[in-house]
Amino acid sequence: MKEKLLNEMTLRFPSLSENERFARLAVSGFISSLDPALDELSEIKTAVSEAVTNCIVHAYRDRVGEITMQVRIYEGQLIYIRIKDKGCGIEDIPLARTPLYTTAPDEERAGLGFAIMESFTDRLRVSSRAGGGTAVTMLRTLRTRKAANGDKSKEG
Amino acid sequence: MSVRTFYDPKTRALLAELSGDIDHCTAAGLREPVDKEIMQRLPQKLILDLSGVSFMDSSGIGLIIGRYKLMTDLGGSIVLTDPRPEISKLLTLAGIGRLCRVVDTHKSGSFTGGVKI
Ligand SMILES: Nc1ncnc2c1ncn2[C@@H]1O[C@H](COP(=O)(O)OP(=O)(O)OP(=O)(O)O)[C@@H](O)[C@H]1O
Ligand SMILES: [Mg+2]
Repeated sequence: MKEKLLNEMTLRFPSLSENERFARLAVSGFISSLDPALDELSEIKTAVSEAVTNCIVHAYRDRVGEITMQVRIYEGQLIYIRIKDKGCGIEDIPLARTPLYTTAPDEERAGLGFAIMESFTDRLRVSSRAGGGTAVTMLRTLRTRKAANGDKSKEG
Repeated sequence: MSVRTFYDPKTRALLAELSGDIDHCTAAGLREPVDKEIMQRLPQKLILDLSGVSFMDSSGIGLIIGRYKLMTDLGGSIVLTDPRPEISKLLTLAGIGRLCRVVDTHKSGSFTGGVKI
């Protein structure tokens, strides 16, 4: 990344379902200094929820394993989020990323997680090895809020 | 996360008011009481009131599609009401509009307490 790194954090937590909410709130809290707009925040939280849920329901299907979540803030309102597991891995990544593809249809999974991550971020990178775990990296640049502030000062 | 259900025997509509965050963790706890009511009442229409839903991801989409399939199997239909803008966006992305109507009750005025009369 050529942009300057301004802040970063790493969290490690077990693949318990209640940690889906924790992960969303942690990211939301960490990036709050950038004052993201409500729609941006909600999209980032949704993308994080998808990646963490995939670790819980797919990577560590019948066991509890470790999830690592790394968040970095770069100059220019650029947010980097990396969510990693050491679970079962994905054999065919392009197939897994196909909208509506799911290996768990009987569990009411829609097969939309990757499609949602893709449309709610600027860039999604998936790296995985069968048996060796998966890492999902997402990049999202926030809109600058200068325009909004300008409008406010005009009103006031 | 919680759900409240109301059944109107006159219209045979079952209203389920969902509230809070819908994710993988909370989906099962919402699904069970709704399905129990559906199997008991056999409604013609299921109305999922989303106005109180503060967050939703693909697990919520799975929940809606699952109830759609159940209602279709029973010869009924499903309607979604009043999702917040960010949840509307997710519903559109998932193509939910092809399965059921998404209604803004404040605009349509044809709903009382969420149940169409
Ligand atoms: N971390 C992971 N480890 C192992 N397999 C994964 C992982 N993430 C995704 N997959 C595989 O990729 C498939 C597609 O994932 P995606 O999130 O798009 O859909 P889903 O999880 O099946 O359904 P939904 O996200 O709509 O509930 C999954 O069914 C699973 O087989
Ligand atoms: Mg998923």
